Amino acid sequence: MKMLKKIWAWIDDRSGFSELLLPLIKHPVPPGSKWSYVFGSATLFCLVLQVITGVALSLLYQPSSSDAYQSLQFITHQARFGRVLRGIHYFGASAMILMVGIHMIRVYITAAYKYPREMGWISGVLLLFLTIAMGFTGQLLRWDSNGVWSSVVAAEQLGRIPIMGKLAARLLMGGNTIGGHTLSRFYSYHVFIIPAIIFILLGFHLMLVIRNGISEPPKLGRPVDPKSYRQWYKDMLQKVGVPFWPYAAWRDMLFGAATIIAIISLAIIYGPPELSQPPNPAYLYANPKPDWYMLAIFSLFALMPRRIESVVIFIGPVMTVLMLLSLPFISHKGERSALRRPWAVFGTICVIVFVFSLFLLGEQSTWSPQFTAKPLTQTNIHSSDTLVIAGAALLYQRGCLYCHKVDNTGGLKGPDLTNVSQRLTNEDLRVRIVNGGTNMPAYGGILKEEELTAIIAFLQTRK
Amino acid sequence: MTENKIDETQQGADENKRRFLIKVSLVLSALSAFAVGIPVVSALLAPLLEKAPEVWRKVADLDDFAIGAVKLVTFKNADPEAWAGITAQSAAWLRRDSASMFTAFSANCTHLGCPVRWEEGAQLFMCPCHGGVYYKDGTVASGPPPKALVQYPVRINKQQIEIQTAPVPITTL
Repeated sequence: MKMLKKIWAWIDDRSGFSELLLPLIKHPVPPGSKWSYVFGSATLFCLVLQVITGVALSLLYQPSSSDAYQSLQFITHQARFGRVLRGIHYFGASAMILMVGIHMIRVYITAAYKYPREMGWISGVLLLFLTIAMGFTGQLLRWDSNGVWSSVVAAEQLGRIPIMGKLAARLLMGGNTIGGHTLSRFYSYHVFIIPAIIFILLGFHLMLVIRNGISEPPKLGRPVDPKSYRQWYKDMLQKVGVPFWPYAAWRDMLFGAATIIAIISLAIIYGPPELSQPPNPAYLYANPKPDWYMLAIFSLFALMPRRIESVVIFIGPVMTVLMLLSLPFISHKGERSALRRPWAVFGTICVIVFVFSLFLLGEQSTWSPQFTAKPLTQTNIHSSDTLVIAGAALLYQRGCLYCHKVDNTGGLKGPDLTNVSQRLTNEDLRVRIVNGGTNMPAYGGILKEEELTAIIAFLQTRK
Repeated sequence: MTENKIDETQQGADENKRRFLIKVSLVLSALSAFAVGIPVVSALLAPLLEKAPEVWRKVADLDDFAIGAVKLVTFKNADPEAWAGITAQSAAWLRRDSASMFTAFSANCTHLGCPVRWEEGAQLFMCPCHGGVYYKDGTVASGPPPKALVQYPVRINKQQIEIQTAPVPITTL
């Protein structure tokens, strides 16, 4: 034991670990930094988890357009603990995005971005978008038909950048089409380029936490005054500050450990998402849909007015980033308490409700044709008339049921036809079917007159 | 007095030498960074520096198509890398309009590039992502697509139908 102590003393003396790290670990923090402060460190825990599991996955994954799919099948179904490893990386990504989102909301609600922590906010905003970029590029590395078509969707979005849109799209795909270079580039973005920027910004972000200190819990009637704040904060720490370790850090450790245990449990219980078909760009029956954290944007693309959509695809993200980055310049002093900033709280609630609603809509994707709709059966056809029966069959054959529902069969894109004859007359139905509408194709050039008559005959029975 | 002057002259010469060497070191550092940067940036920008070849690919025999039929045809993209494997494949929807006329549609929705599928019964192209729908001539029938499906050049060569390959159609502002 004495020998070990001697060895450590020698290492510590020559390396300066204690001299360097102890002041960081024991730096004073404001009292009352309780559970609402744990989400930043939980994000860091998740990042470390992602790095470790990512390194482990890189030992098994083949970052080649032709072989990645097989290697993922190997990891998921053959490699020892491969399923759990992929699962941890998958749920770890979700947890990291969730934690970074909550951390940002906490910082905004408590106005911790105000003087002198403006740079902390700016680096945090950049880290948030880089985390989302990591999530998205990671999803593309799940190189199945969904991954291939999601890459095309991402390229299309970049295509909306004015003037250099096509160049940006080519840069993303690694060429004019999906091919041998595509996955190599995504791998490089996900494993080297974006993490390198994250590490640099994270180092800066943590350095700022040490330099400016953790923001004290806000108190009603105690505004931030840039002229006196630093001195006030220093005096406050001297009077009532507590060492970060262990007085504040134990909560971070406990919550971080609980988060990681939850991630591992989810990975064991549910496993990673199963792959779809092989990454063949000629396979056109894929239905690319992003992971949950991009689902709100996916919904927005379906619901935005068409006239402004192409512009919003580019302007929207740019404006969002600029608005977030400009926040500490617009409001860098004054009240921090949420009770004196009701609009900030209201705005946050609105954003959360908006994003969550879009997420739910994305889950349902009512705008998508339901290609799996089944033909109507005798239980849906309330008539023995041959014309009505033919009309019901045509409703399926002509794809009407992809978008319209009859009883419990069919899609949700168009109006429910279960009781359509209560709303529309024979002539109304004819006009709508022949001419179509804003969201319905005109079937006048598709249906023959006798088919149209049969379909209307069936719809008239739906009362 | 003379010794001090000599020292000052010596110091001045040393300072000039130091300044020169600092400049040399900065120039050399910049030069080495530039030299390393050229291949690094060229790797990063490689997709923009490559030529975009367009070649004709045989996709079907003339006899395989009835007039009015729409079929999925697959072919290799213009410049498949040796390691591309299955990702070198590309696809298009081909319709025979008359005995000698064909139209080839890109399989990418003009909204956000998702794969459109031909629904024979409905006589429509449909996109699963955001509900874009196109008529059989490729024009927009409903949903968010901002423009008609992109078409590929088609030709008949010795009783075989050929399509000219093209980049993934990117919708711009």
